[in-house]
Amino acid sequence: MSDALTIAKSPEEALRAFLQFLLREKKVGAVLTLDRIGKSAVPAYSLITDASELESASPLLPMMPANAGKLLAELTELAPSPEPIAAVLKPCELRALVELRKLNQANLDNLLLISFTCGGVFPLALRNDGGIDERLLPYRDALAKGEVADGIRPTCRACEHFVPYNADLTVALVGTPAGDGTSTFLINSDRGAEVLEGFEGNRTEAKLESVALDTLRAKRAEEASKLYAAPETAALGLDGLVSVFGRCLSCRGCSNVCPICYCELCYFESAVEDPTPSKYEAQLSHRKATRVPPGTIAFHLGRMTHMVISCVGCGMCSDVCPVGIPVATLFSMAGRSAAGVFAYVPGKDLDEDLPLKKYEADELSHLGVERIES
Amino acid sequence: MSGRYVPNIVGFFCNWCSYTAADLAGVSRRHYPPTLRIIRVMCSSRVDPHMVVTAFLGGADAVLVGGCHPGDCHYVTGNYRTRRRFALLQSMFETLGLDTERIKLSWIAASEGNRVGQVVASLTEAIERLGPNPTREAMFL
Ligand code: SF4
Ligand code: SF4
Ligand code: SF4
Repeated sequence: MSDALTIAKSPEEALRAFLQFLLREKKVGAVLTLDRIGKSAVPAYSLITDASELESASPLLPMMPANAGKLLAELTELAPSPEPIAAVLKPCELRALVELRKLNQANLDNLLLISFTCGGVFPLALRNDGGIDERLLPYRDALAKGEVADGIRPTCRACEHFVPYNADLTVALVGTPAGDGTSTFLINSDRGAEVLEGFEGNRTEAKLESVALDTLRAKRAEEASKLYAAPETAALGLDGLVSVFGRCLSCRGCSNVCPICYCELCYFESAVEDPTPSKYEAQLSHRKATRVPPGTIAFHLGRMTHMVISCVGCGMCSDVCPVGIPVATLFSMAGRSAAGVFAYVPGKDLDEDLPLKKYEADELSHLGVERIES
Repeated sequence: MSGRYVPNIVGFFCNWCSYTAADLAGVSRRHYPPTLRIIRVMCSSRVDPHMVVTAFLGGADAVLVGGCHPGDCHYVTGNYRTRRRFALLQSMFETLGLDTERIKLSWIAASEGNRVGQVVASLTEAIERLGPNPTREAMFL
């Protein structure tokens, strides 16, 4: 049980009204939310300072044009925001933000974090052809029943962290009947309680858990075991890696949109990795031929060693890949098992250090030792 | 030698323990298979897992990371960190279906010249059984 506020408006309307309230009452200086911009109402993240501009905002739209955790980190990496910002993020975006905080790339001090129980997002292709609106009704229906919505990103289908961690406020979407005109905001922190003061609605005691939530949990787990066992991606081996990544263009879209890949200059784009004549010469001294340019698989495996422990499975990388490589499936699969070794869930616990930043003297004792017959 | 497959092992050895041990093995004229190419690093924790991947993809039949025994690191905690990174790399190899037998972590103290020989011999044997790393010939890189 925790404190909650019930509001006699649909979740989308209630949240929009609340964000407007926050700006009007000067409880925050700006709001970061999905907005529908231009004539074609293209969804894009926007930083909004005037309540009237929020009319076109669509904070709960199931789209992720960028990982908002990355955006918030960029806004706060040098110093905390001078004025409070209210941000509406998906649970995986919030997890990315928390990982970036642990990597000293973000400052959460002046952020009000609002999230929701998440039904997943549609691929970005829908953003431009306008196909999003007709999908919203069936999507919300699925959510109300705790079903896996049709058409969402593959890694969303398999996402088991759809209940946010570290949100000041959580809007209940899963299990909330679409169109019955009420919504519930769960209050998870003092900051959350404070900003709700004076907003419409009734304070109640409520719990997030619902039958629909449990149903969705079970279904997502089932989807996860399916996705991660699929032959296109499971235990590829060298040949499999060659066929999956062989079509990679080296456009670096996947790492550019990845919230965890924060380095301004990626090692793999630095001069050390430039294919110089001497490198070709070295390769060709023991091979009959080499790919030009080389380094595709080395890039993906290298990127993986650097960041996979923090991969939040947001699906951005797959979604932007122009040649349809299931980058996110592979990375989240590798991330799950790597993080599993250390019983770590990226972005869950703000106070828990990154696994590679700490150690136990007495652990992993099977490594480094071998029985040698003498 | 001709015709017989000789594995090619790349070793990243820490300056203070494993490398010194290899040196000791040399000056004490211990014989062990000539399969190891050592790259000296100041600490095993300096080995970015990406370096192991690079050697692996570059055609090394095995990659051996050598460090001081836990508790004996010249920099106090370096090898504990190495061990975590290695665990991560190993789990990545497993997930991707790459051969985990080809990556190895060993603790070798400065005085264990003997052990260098034993570790190399046993790894060489294992690799002889496995055969050449398919990355040696593959032309995808
Ligand atoms: S990965 Fe999970 S939290 Fe992120 S958008 Fe998809 S369902 Fe929501
Ligand atoms: S690797 Fe892909 S799925 Fe993982 S955090 Fe980065 S963009 Fe998201
Ligand atoms: S986005 Fe796709 S094509 Fe571009 S570098 Fe990543 S995997 Fe390769």
